[in-house]
Amino acid sequence: MMDLSAINPILLLASLMVAATPIILAAVGELVVERAGVLNLGVEGMMITGAVCGFIMAVNSGSPLLGFIGAAIGGAVLSLLFGFLTQFLLANQVATGLALTLFGLGLSALMGQNYIGIKAPEFPDWHIPLLGDIPVIGPIVFQHDPMVYVGLAIVVAVWAFLKFSRAGLILRAVGENHEAAHALGYHVVRVRMLAIMFGGACAGLGGAYLSLVRVPQWTEGMTAGAGWIALAIVVFASWKPMRLLLGAYLFGGVTVLQLNLQAAGMAIPVEYLSMSPYLATIAVLVIMRSGRAPGSLGQSFHASR
Amino acid sequence: MTMKSILAGATLAASLSTTAFADDPTKVGFIYVGPVGDGGWTYEHNEGRLAVEEHFGDAVETVYVENVPEGADAERVMQQMALGGADLIFTTSFGYMDPTINVAEKFPDVMFEHATGYKQADNVSVYSARFYEGRAVQGHIAGQMTESNVIGYIGSFPIPEVIRGINAAYIHAKEVNPDVEFKIVWAYTWFDPAKEAEAANVLIEQGADVILQHTDSTAPQAAAQAAGNVVTFGQASDMAEFGPFPRVSSIIDNWAPYYIARTQAVIDGTWESTNTWDGIGAGMVGIGEITEAVPADVKASAEALRDSLASGEYHAFSGPLNKQDGSAWLADGETADDGTLAGMSFYVEGLTGDIPQ
Repeated sequence: MMDLSAINPILLLASLMVAATPIILAAVGELVVERAGVLNLGVEGMMITGAVCGFIMAVNSGSPLLGFIGAAIGGAVLSLLFGFLTQFLLANQVATGLALTLFGLGLSALMGQNYIGIKAPEFPDWHIPLLGDIPVIGPIVFQHDPMVYVGLAIVVAVWAFLKFSRAGLILRAVGENHEAAHALGYHVVRVRMLAIMFGGACAGLGGAYLSLVRVPQWTEGMTAGAGWIALAIVVFASWKPMRLLLGAYLFGGVTVLQLNLQAAGMAIPVEYLSMSPYLATIAVLVIMRSGRAPGSLGQSFHASR
Repeated sequence: MTMKSILAGATLAASLSTTAFADDPTKVGFIYVGPVGDGGWTYEHNEGRLAVEEHFGDAVETVYVENVPEGADAERVMQQMALGGADLIFTTSFGYMDPTINVAEKFPDVMFEHATGYKQADNVSVYSARFYEGRAVQGHIAGQMTESNVIGYIGSFPIPEVIRGINAAYIHAKEVNPDVEFKIVWAYTWFDPAKEAEAANVLIEQGADVILQHTDSTAPQAAAQAAGNVVTFGQASDMAEFGPFPRVSSIIDNWAPYYIARTQAVIDGTWESTNTWDGIGAGMVGIGEITEAVPADVKASAEALRDSLASGEYHAFSGPLNKQDGSAWLADGETADDGTLAGMSFYVEGLTGDIPQ
């Protein structure tokens, strides 16, 4: 028996915003990395490392805020390893990124051994005064935990940075044609290292959002492929920050909707519902091939060439 | 030389070395589907393992591998354990059924014990607990605790074990509350905290104020706690850290007596392939403390139900009962036979929705 009226659209949209947040955080970091011409496939590994670092930090300090800071640092430190291997030793970016994911999964399992089954400190929702009281819009948009807004703020900041700032222009130049950027006197490797660290920090925040807010507890392998979705969404967004939001909400929406339809007794096979977010991602990747990748994406740079 | 003959040779060598050193400790292996720290299913199996170690001391050595995916990986891990000299291997998840049978064929001298499955062999026993008895008690409490008359149920996979639990809980919730309705969500995982939390939140959003879970992590408990007015039950393990509210009671798996008895049988050389299915009466299923959040009369009647299930005077599936499509299943006074229960693939009358195939 189907009872779609049981689905409350306001709560559905509100949980969509929460479901999309870890992906938004990880994807916006990777977007900056790729706009600088570096392909880091280690997002999953940096996310899970951030998840465990953030959890350890939050449990020991009792402060979720410090947890998120710890997660960003953890993710950034791990990404430095990738940066060192690919920017200074000129290792293959694809292989190094994949290795980083495997390394991150193992490292996090090791670090988190004593933290299984522990509760994370509370991270209460913000009920934003006035805005949170608006009917319909208020509960959907303005009654979440602070990290939801941090994620959105980072996306807007990245958009403004890439579009309007001189530093953003340099970063894009490095990503489009590193030879030319180098000839103009910009430090290609320095710009890329900074971008890689930013990407690592954002992925770490995304991971910590899972271990501190969504679940909230530490479990091995708890990111369960969110890092790969983030990578796909960067391509889906054609490397544009605002489209990235659309992709992440689409993905988060389908995930939440499939559980809602099940609970409402929708008689379509659950397997198809469960795979639908992934199918949607693939379909969108095939149909919307409008964007062009940064010119130097994935290529190693050395000043002597 | 084929893989099989290499393995046969290795087994031979292993069995020779066992004979040569007769006072070698008996080696007992455990394969876990989740991490030991899941606070639920795997945690309790590991408690059973620790009890074996404590009971036998130096005479027994135990090994375990956690987080083993159900499928080809499981076969590899079991093989490695058997090659490592294990005499007895407990494979503790339904999805290890075929891998266990396959590996057991290659290692006739190693005894295997598969939890919750139904395929036996000369060196493969199956064992499970009548968790549905505990589900009946949960349903009895849940039906009276719900104010919205909507009970959410997080299923893992649509296998007989889980369907039995849903039916048992529903029958006994309906008995005390004719208006009760079950909303069932299949998570298609035993252990994925993010997904379990999400499923619990969706059920709560759709009006459920009691959540029953057949997945292994404590994530749904945390979700209920955050919601504030939602009742939960510990699954597989007591999950007492979420009591007295939202967790108002629990089903506790107690594997220790069985694991000790089976290890003893291997030591004595009396091990035989058996099919064990014990319930509350034998102590394999425990009902965790019913907290003060439950009204005293409900608590008393739940405990009476528990005791009558334990003594065998009442069966959790007693007629008259119809199947979901309205066809008769059990006549008045009739109780379900174990064969039907073991392969249960239908809902009882009153449950809505289809079982995914």
